[in-house]
Amino acid sequence: MKRFIHFFIIMTVWLLLTWSLNWQELLVGVLVALFAELLLGDIFPIEGVRIFHPRRFFWLIVYFWVFLWAMIRSNFDVAYRVLNIYLPINPGIVKVRTKLTSDMGRTFLANSITLTPGTMTVDMIGDHLYIHWINVQSPDIQKDTEIIVRHFERILERIFE
Amino acid sequence: MSETIGYILLTVGIVFDVLGCIGLVRLPDVYNRLQAGTKCVTLGTAAILLSVLFFTGFNAISVKALLCIWFILITSPTAAHAISRAAHRSGIRLWKGSVLDRYAEDREGAEDKP
Repeated sequence: MKRFIHFFIIMTVWLLLTWSLNWQELLVGVLVALFAELLLGDIFPIEGVRIFHPRRFFWLIVYFWVFLWAMIRSNFDVAYRVLNIYLPINPGIVKVRTKLTSDMGRTFLANSITLTPGTMTVDMIGDHLYIHWINVQSPDIQKDTEIIVRHFERILERIFE
Repeated sequence: MSETIGYILLTVGIVFDVLGCIGLVRLPDVYNRLQAGTKCVTLGTAAILLSVLFFTGFNAISVKALLCIWFILITSPTAAHAISRAAHRSGIRLWKGSVLDRYAEDREGAEDKP
């Protein structure tokens, strides 16, 4: 069942890429999908399939807009810092704590943090994320967690946990 | 109408790409530079690819562009994460104006510290 879902996902991406239903394209697609599945099927996280549940999917759409808004804000933040002649930066690496346990949820969290204003994930050890922050506001772990992680975690919890 | 939206998206994308490049030159160390590079270039390139959708309509070309947006959104932050982690582990210090470095503090006792 798991292998079939993987095959289906890879095949969908192939069909979107080639955008044709010619039998030659389909044959190559099936072969490539089988090969990729045999090679990488073990490391593909099965939790990823859970998002097709309607309630989780709804929160994924909500999450997309929250993420898009954060990304646009982050671009204006970088623009402000780069174009200012005094270069107003105050960088440092802070430590925050996450409550998420699934691999997929953590991956999404780390990548989202990288694309939001002024923060970039450097490493994850256990439950702790190390984050390079361009404008450090406090050295306290609790407070930083509140500012950086909380607003994404609330939604990601509903999608992946 | 859709061409106008396409041109607007194209302009926004190019502006943000240029800002990312300026950041790459102006900011002091590898971590800050990665920040500018990742954020601006991701949204800039995504906007340029999205403008393809408005120029050509929904067909084979624009579907490829949309898939490329998805791939960039996944790979760009992952690459930044890998580069910054590797830089820190190979002993590159933060810029001298940095206020704190919890990662180095927690790795003081680690044996693979250079």
